[in-house]
Amino acid sequence: MTYIRPKFRHPELIKNKLGYTVDYYEGALSTLCAGCGHDSISAGIIQACYEMNIEPHKLAKLSGIGCSSKTPAYVLSNSHGFNSVHGRMPSVATGANLANNDLIYLGVSGDGDTASIGMGQFVHVIRRNLNMLYIVMNNGCYGLTKGQDSATADQGSKNKSGNINLFESIDLASLSIELGATFVAQSFSGDKTQLVPLIKAALNHPGFAFINVISPCVTFNNNVGSTKSYDYVRQHVEATATVDFVPEMTEITTTYEEGTTKQVKMHDGSYISLNKLAQDWDPLDRLSAMNAVQNARAKGEILTGLLYVNPDCSDLHEMLQTSDRPLNSLTKSDLCPGSEMLKEINADLR
Amino acid sequence: MKPTDINDPEYFHKVVDCQHACPAHTPVPEYIRLIAEQKYTEAYMINWDSNVFPGVLGRTCDRPCEPACRRGRVDEEPVAICRLKRVAADNKGDVKKHMPQAPFPSNGKKVALIGAGPASLTVARDLATIGYELHLYDEHKSGGGFMRSQIPAFRLPETVLNEEVNYILDLGIHTHFNTYVSSLKEILSKDYDAVFIGTGAPKGRDLPDLAGRQEGAANIHLGINWLGSVAFEHTKEIGKKVIVLGGGNTAMDCCRTARRLGGEEVKVVVRSPFKEMKASPWEKEDAAHEDIPIIDNHVPKSFVVENGKLKGMMFEKVKAVYDDKGKRQLVSQGGPDVFIEADDVLIAVGQENSFPWIERDLGIEFDKWGMPVVDAVTFASTNKKVFFGGDASFGPKNVITAVAQGHQGAISIDLMCTNQDLNVRPSPYVNLVSQKMGIHEWAFDSEVVNDDRHVVPQADKKQTLTNIKKEVELGFDHITGFKEAERCLNCDVQTVFTTDKCIECDACVDICPVACITFTDNAEESDLRSMLKIPATNLSQDIYVSSVLPTNRIMAKDENVCLHCGLCAERCPTSAWDMTKFFYNVTKAGKKACH
Repeated sequence: MTYIRPKFRHPELIKNKLGYTVDYYEGALSTLCAGCGHDSISAGIIQACYEMNIEPHKLAKLSGIGCSSKTPAYVLSNSHGFNSVHGRMPSVATGANLANNDLIYLGVSGDGDTASIGMGQFVHVIRRNLNMLYIVMNNGCYGLTKGQDSATADQGSKNKSGNINLFESIDLASLSIELGATFVAQSFSGDKTQLVPLIKAALNHPGFAFINVISPCVTFNNNVGSTKSYDYVRQHVEATATVDFVPEMTEITTTYEEGTTKQVKMHDGSYISLNKLAQDWDPLDRLSAMNAVQNARAKGEILTGLLYVNPDCSDLHEMLQTSDRPLNSLTKSDLCPGSEMLKEINADLR
Repeated sequence: MKPTDINDPEYFHKVVDCQHACPAHTPVPEYIRLIAEQKYTEAYMINWDSNVFPGVLGRTCDRPCEPACRRGRVDEEPVAICRLKRVAADNKGDVKKHMPQAPFPSNGKKVALIGAGPASLTVARDLATIGYELHLYDEHKSGGGFMRSQIPAFRLPETVLNEEVNYILDLGIHTHFNTYVSSLKEILSKDYDAVFIGTGAPKGRDLPDLAGRQEGAANIHLGINWLGSVAFEHTKEIGKKVIVLGGGNTAMDCCRTARRLGGEEVKVVVRSPFKEMKASPWEKEDAAHEDIPIIDNHVPKSFVVENGKLKGMMFEKVKAVYDDKGKRQLVSQGGPDVFIEADDVLIAVGQENSFPWIERDLGIEFDKWGMPVVDAVTFASTNKKVFFGGDASFGPKNVITAVAQGHQGAISIDLMCTNQDLNVRPSPYVNLVSQKMGIHEWAFDSEVVNDDRHVVPQADKKQTLTNIKKEVELGFDHITGFKEAERCLNCDVQTVFTTDKCIECDACVDICPVACITFTDNAEESDLRSMLKIPATNLSQDIYVSSVLPTNRIMAKDENVCLHCGLCAERCPTSAWDMTKFFYNVTKAGKKACH
């Protein structure tokens, strides 16, 4: 019996710019089922944060309830964490973000936590363009309560006990684009070469970034007939483009054929470099992104990669013109500027 | 790369670094697990089958296994394999009942063994049990060879040596002790079916041309002869000031022995830099612990003799200079020569083979250095009846090498006596058994402990320096032995991958603490090594490659720092990974291999 991770690491691990090796970004050993897609996504988060040179104390990880929402325990032991009430992660994230603009917010949720109990919170955090990364580990079932169909289970998908799902599924990516999310991507837990650059780009995005990751439930939803099994997803994945996130100040060395490549410039000078595979699709155009997702769906394909991005957006802070400084750094003199200031304000209101 | 052929026993054998590095290929992790279970007798017997002298080797082995130990690549120090072997030897129960019991049915063949060192004794053990009549010749009064005459009693108590020599002699060996063989022709004229020569490298190298060597001869001794003379209690004292020349393990034994025979100021003087001395690091440490300075970079110039009495030696101070190819040259530092006082000097600058007793017209070919021409696999000489092994075959090595060569010599003798081809060697005994007991349960302790290497306790210096027979090392007690055994990474429990079962979920990749596993496109080995999650730079370690998976990728595992913790297999939802115990044992003479 183990559940104990040896302390030894590969002696040739490379340090990032902060001097940390990747294991500094690890969390506790996962207690999810062997082969769970969620563990791969956790590994992707760890890899992305390591490569992005994120100072662990500058990141807050938040979640609700569910298998996926156990993730904050399994990643980034040295970061802030909040395991909130079921489906209520967005409000906690909103509160935390408004109180402290300096942190990076990483929310992890599942299809139940987002598309069922948390739907009301989810749609509102999107339309407010809160500056955070919201990852859904989407396995189409309620794994923690033994595998009932969730709201994202596809119509016609067969579950482990042989029942066919009768209801329309909620397509979280389309919904996010519809509601005005400023960064929307879709990926698969079994494809880290795509997932890690997407997480990096999303962490760098200055508004609400949403990644819907298909993450097979090996225990309850990896059977023949399921549309969220490893085999099915592998056979039906279609990528918009290969994705590479190029940080600021890095020379672009990759060259692609004329016409197929696109560089999306981010607010800070970094790039998302896309080698396009999908036709008639422009990641900067909401309508074409919407079309691409729906067309793929109609064909029975799962469109992955970056779907839509609006790099020049205003996040909730900018819109509300709230304090740039974290509230915990405001002193008494900031908060009580004195009677002279009060006089000035009163004069304005005359 | 082509998929790895794990049906080739040598692939997994190489993963068990310690066993692979051991000349006798003792199944190290297997006996270490038995020690952890306090099954000392069983652990001893695994050793006895493989290396014949567990008690001796557990104290004195050169330990080629330890530098090879995987733990040394991830932790500060390797597992104390050698001293764990001693734990088995110290705590074993009645092992004799597990050994073959003489008398054995005779096969009518007779073999002479010249020299009763570890090589000949190994041949004797292997051949006795399959019916050979063995005649063992030695000039000394008892068997053991250099294990008796060269290794001081404070490192290897006589009782331990006697016990293990007697296990062999009790198999019905005809001993001819106190018998110096002065003519091989005479031996060959007797009706032996084969002759095995295990006479070691008995001649100490001298410095005959150094000024004063003749004049001071009364107080200048050859190290190995002097150690032998001490071991057989002919020599019982030495002067207060002693210089030991040389930087090998014999020099270390000489200086420490001198400390016990009355040497108060014993100094080791060596030509090479300290770091490049041939002595094992732990032997240098033990010498330092007994207040013996090691003076490096000093080349002996002359013996200083006044009025027919040795006064000391002159040395030239040098430094090591290396050319482009890394070849070392010792050049003078230019300063004045150094005088070091001495009442006695021990010369331990190497030893050589010597075969004055072998006539050169017996069909045994000798090379220009006076060494017999010996086949490196079969240990046969150019006379088909004569075999060499141990230091006598390829010059001075160590006990464990002599044992390994003895096993091979015995196989060759048996093949020759049964009219079989010497070059068709028996395959090893190999077995693979899954260790799975449950979802998170294995039949071995898969947890990797973080302990540092435990130090072997030593007896008080006041006692050890006054009593030459008092053993310095006390050995691990049960608890420490258990703790040290738990440091073993169980490298023989192999990670076996079944391509058909893999669903490519990446669980193994994500969980592996040392980033061994990568799923990638295939490529030639040199490219593939650089494509792994962490580039595989240790070229001495193989890459385990699967056949092609449904996504057209392959699984590639760098064996280099795999901890054999079993997490890949625990995290595998389809049991595509399994932890499988691999047992590999060198087949001995007359035994059938089994797969």
